[in-house]
Amino acid sequence: MLTSIALLSLDQKTRHLESLRTALSLLADPVKYLVDMPITLFRQTADSIHSHTDLKKENEHLREDHLMQQTRLLKLDALEKENIRLRALLENSFKLGEQVMIAELLSIKMAPYEHIVSVNKGTRFGVHPQQAVMDENGVVGQVIRSFPMSADVMLITDPNHAIPVQVNRNGLLTIAVGSGQINRLVLPFLPNDADIKPGDLLITSGLGGVFPQGYPVAVVDKFTSESDKPFATVTATPKAFLDRSRELMIVWSNSTPIPLDSKQATEQKEVLEDAIE
Amino acid sequence: MLLNSRYAWGRIVITLGLALALRIAPLPGDWAFLNPDWVLLSLIYWSLAVPERVGIFHAWSFGLLADVLIGRLLGQYALAYSLVIYLCLKLHKRLRLYPLIQQALFIFFCLLLSQLLLFFIKNAQHPAQLHATFWLPVLTGTLAWPLVYTTLRFVRLAKRVR
Repeated sequence: MLTSIALLSLDQKTRHLESLRTALSLLADPVKYLVDMPITLFRQTADSIHSHTDLKKENEHLREDHLMQQTRLLKLDALEKENIRLRALLENSFKLGEQVMIAELLSIKMAPYEHIVSVNKGTRFGVHPQQAVMDENGVVGQVIRSFPMSADVMLITDPNHAIPVQVNRNGLLTIAVGSGQINRLVLPFLPNDADIKPGDLLITSGLGGVFPQGYPVAVVDKFTSESDKPFATVTATPKAFLDRSRELMIVWSNSTPIPLDSKQATEQKEVLEDAIE
Repeated sequence: MLLNSRYAWGRIVITLGLALALRIAPLPGDWAFLNPDWVLLSLIYWSLAVPERVGIFHAWSFGLLADVLIGRLLGQYALAYSLVIYLCLKLHKRLRLYPLIQQALFIFFCLLLSQLLLFFIKNAQHPAQLHATFWLPVLTGTLAWPLVYTTLRFVRLAKRVR
């Protein structure tokens, strides 16, 4: 009993117990995979009995999609180059792009009143706490614990989670807090006269350093100004399919900026100044 | 004799492992709130049935495993489980003679004690609002006791775990 109380306080205050947790996870992780197995098996069987025509149709559809994305990417490349050039002119640093790895959700439920999920990639793949997690539509959450064979991800809708965001339309900075409902975020720190309205897209602001800047988070769906309270009531719906997507992307954001070629930057600046004169 | 004892211990561990798996099984929708603490229920059964085999130490270790599995502060389930199992070991002679209904009543208090401890620890960690559904597993656990009892009794008698 004393040991458990000692453990409790130690785990609360310090991080010395991570190794113990990791060691015990070697026993606990197989249980997670065991629970996940029947569901994965079921899905695989369901996948394998797709008809030929269905597959063909899907293939065609995907090819079209791919083509469209490719054309869009071409333009993006040019834009990125331009962006780097412009930033060089401003003697600003440009942040390197992010790397992602796809992880699959394990079908387990750890605690019903928390929004924490497990994924099948862990420290063996280099996953570490405080990494951002996305799906194809937006931000999902962040890694809070990583074990050799799995990692726990806290969703943005967890009541204990907060994410720094920015209104895409005008750059207004605020914080979105989880509400405990899977389809709702709350923005509790906006004054009554804030310039925000339903339909506004919230993107990550990059403050706080966990989430890379510029990823879509949620769409504002209600703004009620409370005349007798200092803050307005604002709610938003997450963009990511938090309760539906099975594949998640774990992001490695490179936080060290690219050192720009300073000579090139000054040259370009001179050219620009000449042009202005 | 030694062989038998080792086998018996294996069976107990297997049932407890399955209980751990059930603990994190994904139930559809709101059913997740009803999922009782299967690990504690099976630990209680084994401590009542074979108290010389399953003691506080085993309860403590499985509690620690549950902590890691569910991602809690290390030691909180360990603490709750070992306290409850201590009670069960103290009272096992009397409890074995009770009919199932009365046993279930005792189980209700055991589960309540465990949930209360978890509640205190959670509150001390960071005061958060907890939904009333937090207490539902106590109730469903009591209702699940006859099921656990008969299943594990079957295992014990069929495999002659003594």
